[in-house]
Amino acid sequence: MSYVTKSPWVIHYDGSSCNGCDIEVLACLTPMYDVERFGIINTGNPKHADVFLVTGAINEQNKGVVQQIYDQMPEPKVVVAVGICATSGGIFKECYNILGGTDTVIPVDVYVPGCAARPEAIIDGVVKGLSVLAEKKAAMGKKPVETAPAAEAAATETEMKEEA
Amino acid sequence: MTTMILWVIAYLIFAPLVGGILAGLDRIVSARMQGRVGPPILQPFYDVLKLMEKEALTVNKVQDFYVMCFLIFIIITGGFFFAGGDLLLVIFSLTLASVFLIVAAFSSNSPYAQIGAERELLQIMAYEPMVLMTAVGFYMFTGSFRVSDILTFGQMPLLYLIGIFFGYLFILTIKFRKSPFDLSMSHHAHQELVKGLTTEFSGKTLAMIEVAHWYENIFLLGFVFLFFVNGTPLGIALGVVVCLVAYFLEVLIDNSYARMKWQFTLKSSWVIAITAGFINLVVLRFMF
Ligand code: SF4
Repeated sequence: MSYVTKSPWVIHYDGSSCNGCDIEVLACLTPMYDVERFGIINTGNPKHADVFLVTGAINEQNKGVVQQIYDQMPEPKVVVAVGICATSGGIFKECYNILGGTDTVIPVDVYVPGCAARPEAIIDGVVKGLSVLAEKKAAMGKKPVETAPAAEAAATETEMKEEA
Repeated sequence: MTTMILWVIAYLIFAPLVGGILAGLDRIVSARMQGRVGPPILQPFYDVLKLMEKEALTVNKVQDFYVMCFLIFIIITGGFFFAGGDLLLVIFSLTLASVFLIVAAFSSNSPYAQIGAERELLQIMAYEPMVLMTAVGFYMFTGSFRVSDILTFGQMPLLYLIGIFFGYLFILTIKFRKSPFDLSMSHHAHQELVKGLTTEFSGKTLAMIEVAHWYENIFLLGFVFLFFVNGTPLGIALGVVVCLVAYFLEVLIDNSYARMKWQFTLKSSWVIAITAGFINLVVLRFMF
């Protein structure tokens, strides 16, 4: 068994979100939803994090930041795109500065739809991410560390979309 | 001699277990104080085991070495203490351990880790006088710096060292890294310094710091226990109960205060050391 699923530490980055999804991410930490029940802690430090929660779309200014945070996280790690902006760009998609969803810069493992994504959906998304974490952990022993293959990410994506 | 070795072995094995469970209780009690359910009691162990599984990611080669030294010296410190050794030796090896941690943080060029390390130095400055006075107090009372002599002295030190006891409880907040004095790093999401001292540590290195913290907590509570020994089982029971109460008190303080500035930390702990600690020593000097 892998302990990585028992204590997923989260780092939360606000891309160009309208703050709706951010409020919902923080709502997960409140007594109402209390994600610490699952050992989830919100760290501010990519080097301590296992799960990268991205809210909001990627734009010219934050793409480097998102890439940096992702690179600084030690393996195994998963990326959860929270809200429709992080998934595809959402209502901001047509804006002159928006590049698109999180997957335009880093591989995404789980997409959480919704505008804003509900806390239940975010928790569900993180829990889905845990199985991906476990898989990546299992793969880590065998071959040299790799980032999420695109096929795997796409599979999770369709899975999530079907369920949503 | 054999009992001494047994105590050291018991410390090596049980201190991380008890320390981890105390940390788990800490998190549950904190959560309840905030109206939450909180994590399972074994959560700190899961966290450490998870950190062991993570990819090793270090900024430079010496960093892991220094953190390893930190862990080893914390264990040695506790070992001296539980073997009934000299309190002064215990205090100085504790300081040495802290210095290793600070050097490890300084060795990375991260500004967050460096500010964390500077704050840790300030914290050491804040608590060290009181820790020394605690040792001196025990010496003036029992005539020996050795823990084994203090244990068999036969009178409860608390009655004569009450000021020192409260001074020690005060700096315990600093040592446990609890608010309002968790300047250099904290277990909570105060993020103005990212993670302070531990910003640049990840994976196994961070796990070592966590385990060292458990060892350290147990040995710091051992100091609290020393105030209550009088050679009878009642003293031992009282000591254990007071250790748990002290730990609970620290959690309560942690949850009810915001973080203070370093100026306040330094001033308040020195004022306490001079009033509660030093006056206690002077009184002790003229009483005997
Ligand atoms: S998905 Fe909706 S709520 Fe979330 S950041 Fe985008 S616009 Fe805001």
